[in-house]
Amino acid sequence: MTNQYVKELVNKNYEHGFVTTIDSDTFEPGLSEAVVRAISKRKNEPDFMLQWRLKAYQHWLTLSPPEWAHLTYPAIDYQKMIYYSAPKVKKGPNSLDEVDPKLLETYKKLGIPLHEQGRLAGVAVDAVFDSVSVATTFKAKLGEAGVIFSSFSEAVQTHPELVEKYLGTVVSFRDNFFAALNAAVFSDGSFVYIPRAVRCPMELSTYFRINAANTGQFERTLIIADDQSYVSYLEGCTAPMRDENQLHAAVVELIAMDNAEIKYSTVQNWYPGDAEGRGGIFNFVTKRGQCRGKKSKISWTQIETGSAITWKYPSVILKGDESVGEFYSVALTNNHQQADTGTKMIHIGKNTRSTILSKGISAGFGQNTYRGLVRVLPQADNARNHTQCESLLLGPTCGAHTVPYIEVKNCTAQIEHEATTSKIGDDQLFYCLSRGFSKENAIAMIVNGFCKRIFNELPMEFAVEAQKLLEVSLEGSVG
Amino acid sequence: MLVIKNLHVSVRDKKQDVKTILQGINLTIKAGEVHAIMGPNGSGKSTLANVLAGREGYDITQGEILLNGENIIEMLPEMRAAKGLFLAFQYPVEIPGVNNMYFLKAALNSLRKHHDLPPLDAMDFLKLAKKKIKEVGMDEQLLSRAVNEGFSGGEKKRNEIFQMLMLEPTLAILDEIDSGLDIDALQKVAAGINLLRRPDRSIVMVTHYQRLLNEVVPDVVHVMVNGKIIKSGGKELAFELEEKGYGWLGVDENIT
Repeated sequence: MTNQYVKELVNKNYEHGFVTTIDSDTFEPGLSEAVVRAISKRKNEPDFMLQWRLKAYQHWLTLSPPEWAHLTYPAIDYQKMIYYSAPKVKKGPNSLDEVDPKLLETYKKLGIPLHEQGRLAGVAVDAVFDSVSVATTFKAKLGEAGVIFSSFSEAVQTHPELVEKYLGTVVSFRDNFFAALNAAVFSDGSFVYIPRAVRCPMELSTYFRINAANTGQFERTLIIADDQSYVSYLEGCTAPMRDENQLHAAVVELIAMDNAEIKYSTVQNWYPGDAEGRGGIFNFVTKRGQCRGKKSKISWTQIETGSAITWKYPSVILKGDESVGEFYSVALTNNHQQADTGTKMIHIGKNTRSTILSKGISAGFGQNTYRGLVRVLPQADNARNHTQCESLLLGPTCGAHTVPYIEVKNCTAQIEHEATTSKIGDDQLFYCLSRGFSKENAIAMIVNGFCKRIFNELPMEFAVEAQKLLEVSLEGSVG
Repeated sequence: MLVIKNLHVSVRDKKQDVKTILQGINLTIKAGEVHAIMGPNGSGKSTLANVLAGREGYDITQGEILLNGENIIEMLPEMRAAKGLFLAFQYPVEIPGVNNMYFLKAALNSLRKHHDLPPLDAMDFLKLAKKKIKEVGMDEQLLSRAVNEGFSGGEKKRNEIFQMLMLEPTLAILDEIDSGLDIDALQKVAAGINLLRRPDRSIVMVTHYQRLLNEVVPDVVHVMVNGKIIKSGGKELAFELEEKGYGWLGVDENIT
């Protein structure tokens, strides 16, 4: 009976699939050195940025896309894609009043509180629409605390010294194919700097939206938490429904100095494609944090429900002594979605600790792979890692895979790895039904229970959203 | 309350071979009555309990099950629950990450909705739950744990009785509720069952042992063998079985 239920539950329509008609400044498709220069010029960037982009582009030309992931997708034609598309504005917007009302309406439809009236939500938002950031809220209040929270383009203008000092120091453009591409053509993103001993007074949030057709979205986020500071950062993503695939290749770099803590949460709900596997976002993202200072901490929490293809390994380099890295993940694949996701924990400092808790849910024809690396370097005395991977299968046509890599070069390390795969049992389901639950409620409840420990890591308002999102993503998978 | 007429049930094994389990069950249970169904292992007792609650995977080839006059054979399990049927499981299922209290509140409110009653709010629910949990001698802390997760065998069984008292079914089917219980736990469970007894409610207990029937005295005892009820009688029939086994009824005791 489970199989039948699951079919019903998995097929609910994607809510964010609308397109906004808006006047935009869009490049011709194709990628060349001229395009890289044009992007840099359009952004009015200082020379160090242009040189960095050009080096990245030259390096990218020597690379080929990675093929080791458990993913099947058609080759991407990088010359058919558009690398820059921006809503037309006369100048950069200084306040929300100058932002195109159509854009604000789009964000309202998506439930993003861009207006300062959204104060109750207590979240400062930076919104990126196609290639550029359209508005950042709560700037004044954050400014009082000394926090810099702006679009990446703005930071390049206002704090070039910080950008130059930290950009690419965690994820080099040499890191991988998509990181190189991103470095060459990224058009915007978010920038955060938390000064020494400041606890950021509110949650910071970036909302990414792909709107234009045939456009790749390449944004870059850079967060620096100086000594003894703390910040919690949320990221959300949606895109319109389109029959062709669109590429999203982002880079996120986090840097935590002595005793600093960064908590980074993602609810990724890019368009996943339709029930037959047409369309959907190809999500190739490089996210990495560096615990640079001693006793620093970086924690990744991700809820991955969207995208046709997910290729993503938010990682932590534990450089500072006694630093802590955490990775909490729920990845759901339904219909023909494929996810190859996990983390890397690189232990360099002494007494470093890391925790990995990964929950994969597969339904329909979904394929879900956990891929994780735990590496302990020779100097990393007393490193500790605990890894737990759990997979839940809904129905007979989906798959779950676990690929752990463990490399230990120091004999004082303690590494634990647990992995389990289970099906929603007919027993569990019948138990709930016999107590009066409908099939749909029963499955949603069991799946939510399965993800409970991850949801507990999310900030309150996101936890509720994540729970709903999961229910929606599973709807129709039972039948 | 419950009328079962000539019920035939079979299952398919992994080789798709058909195996007949119930071969013409006839049973009438009136409102207010407590019936015990006894019998050797493999006689079809648990199958009967599961079929009554609407579990899939069984082929009902003949017969009728009437609950208050309505044939429920085609009815979904959740609808049967809404009509007042409750099955206490022989092996209660663990649901990790789902809070026991949340589970029970959602179950109770979904039943209330069927009866056009407003949902109980958190405070009223908690008050009710605390009262009922005392009646089965269960630790209040089990309310805030995940459903049955890490519960001992006895705690799981008591949790079933606690759920039953909360949901107040009109027909409760208890599948080996006494198995794996020590004598103290058995008395608590029995006390819980006796609390449910009312002229408008009926209880069916599937059991192997006389000792439960000393605590919850049945009106009728049935002996089931090879998918048939071969003998019915008063509570004294259970004593006879306890004393003599099933052999005197002409049954091979090594049936499994």
